[in-house]
Amino acid sequence: MFYREAGDFKTSYSEDNQTFPIKFDRWRYYFVLLVAFAVVPFIINDYWVNAVFLPFLIYSIAAIGLNILVGYCGQVSLGTGGFMAVGAYACYKLMTGFPEVSIFIHIILSGGITAMVCVAFGLPSLRIKGFYLAVATLAAQFFLVWLFNKVAWFYNYSASGQINAPERTVLGTPITGAQTEPWAAYLFCLVFVVICAVIARNLTRGMQGRKWMAIRDMDIAAEIIGVNPLRAKLSAFAVSGFFVGISGALFFSVYLGAVEVGEVFGITKSFLVLFMVIIGGLGSIFGSFAGAAFLVLLPVLLKNVLVGTLGWPTDLAAHLEFMIVGALIVVFLIAEPHGLAQLWRVAKEKLRLWPFPH
Amino acid sequence: MLDASEGYTTEDGRKIGGVVMEMKNITLRFGGVVAIKDISFDIRQGEIRAIIGPNGAGKSSMLNVISGFYNPQEGEVYYQGTLRPPMKPYQVAQQGIARTFQNIALFEGMSVLDNVMTGRIRQMKAGPFAQALWKGKAEREEVENRAVVEKVIDFLEIQAIRKTPVSRLPYGLKKRVELARALASEPSILLLDEPMAGMNVEEKEDMSRFILDVNDEFGTTIALIEHDMGVVMDLSDRVVVMDYGQKIGDGTPDEVRNNQAVIDAYLGVAHD
Repeated sequence: MFYREAGDFKTSYSEDNQTFPIKFDRWRYYFVLLVAFAVVPFIINDYWVNAVFLPFLIYSIAAIGLNILVGYCGQVSLGTGGFMAVGAYACYKLMTGFPEVSIFIHIILSGGITAMVCVAFGLPSLRIKGFYLAVATLAAQFFLVWLFNKVAWFYNYSASGQINAPERTVLGTPITGAQTEPWAAYLFCLVFVVICAVIARNLTRGMQGRKWMAIRDMDIAAEIIGVNPLRAKLSAFAVSGFFVGISGALFFSVYLGAVEVGEVFGITKSFLVLFMVIIGGLGSIFGSFAGAAFLVLLPVLLKNVLVGTLGWPTDLAAHLEFMIVGALIVVFLIAEPHGLAQLWRVAKEKLRLWPFPH
Repeated sequence: MLDASEGYTTEDGRKIGGVVMEMKNITLRFGGVVAIKDISFDIRQGEIRAIIGPNGAGKSSMLNVISGFYNPQEGEVYYQGTLRPPMKPYQVAQQGIARTFQNIALFEGMSVLDNVMTGRIRQMKAGPFAQALWKGKAEREEVENRAVVEKVIDFLEIQAIRKTPVSRLPYGLKKRVELARALASEPSILLLDEPMAGMNVEEKEDMSRFILDVNDEFGTTIALIEHDMGVVMDLSDRVVVMDYGQKIGDGTPDEVRNNQAVIDAYLGVAHD
């Protein structure tokens, strides 16, 4: 009833172009931001941050990045885990090499470095498409993980082969290391999520996004209209790499603190992020959040219900969790192949007319 | 070689300017197949130029040569008086040559508005960083170009479907959206590949009116391929006739209609 366009007239093209054209939507968005920044930090504890919020936020960034590449530009990538590893190792080298520089800058630089690596591995996309490209990016995944295992310089010749995040502070508050308060880590990641989401949204609603989508929908027509396919595809790889790199850097420095590359950034990570994008909805920023939430929150929820409420043994619950999550993914994809974002869109279209659909 | 200054006046009094595009001795081969054989013709400023011919005559290949999709093995393309080197299609588009396709090539996942906005690619120059910021240059550019696009949308009477995803539209409207996308780029030459294929009489009339209006109002030079002879003869100022990759006729519709080679190609010749 309150969710409608009637009476909400747009008198300029910039008003018509805004991210949330419906007033109710806009207020909801401000409300979510307000809660996220001003309420959540005061009430969360260690468990909530480490089990729910940090993985959700960090995977959201990765999913946004991959969504730009796969959902908007149509270039399938299975190298996300490897690119996250690039972000993590770049961040580690920067943190240990330039301890006096703010970690904020390190993380952004890690994104930039990953963008360059991603562009290099994106070069085959100019020749090959679809599944074949996926296989080519798979090479990036295995090569990068092997590289970070093999070359000791990347992990500063440490005996364990692991990388450990040294303690760093932002405005005097520790963000990485053992002394980190839950709210500080949460807020730090939240800032990156908001910045990344806004950038992604701005890019995808403007000409850049149209170029990407044109390449995705029909590359020959796009070229005849005037899209330079080389630049369009590589820019998608660059932007995607930037976001994925930031998420990898955050995943290592803020969330885990210590990383062994094969374990954390293996092929399973690539698939996990790809599933988030597919379940959430290709070509939708909201879908990236929805997909990340689905795959991060569902296991936590199931564990709490099965172990906490029903009192089942932990090992049984862990196995069942896999089965239930798997089954739910299948059910969701059959019910709505275009992902959670499409469900949301359909719901909104219904809401606009509710309660008088005729 | 190029008599660019010369022009002529059509029967209905429209002034046709000098030569904007000249094809000289174009030959295009695919392996052993010769798709276009030694064809020369020109397109003049402001005229509607039709390319006709039986199936497989090489009309679409000719259009693909003009739009840079194929590079001919022999021959030269002069555009606005200068020799055009072999180019990628997107570079040709940047020069102001827009086209539509025989089987619609719209971006199905995008709305009508976004599709038409992609036509403005030539005019929108904001870099990726400006676009990431949005406020400032990118937004200003978006709004300015949106105003132009809205004019085109208005002109082609597709206001009502502005925000509809293209995949939901019926065939006739898709054709019109495709024309809108090509028009949005304010092309100096507009290439139409069978704009009326698969349409009923009413839709054909609509489309013919739009083509004439576009030519009339914006003075756009149009080169089109069409199978409907009635339409071609009514719309076009000059017609090139192709058969088996060769040019068999070139002139006003009346000249072409009475050309014996053209009649033979269309009706067949008795072999004795």
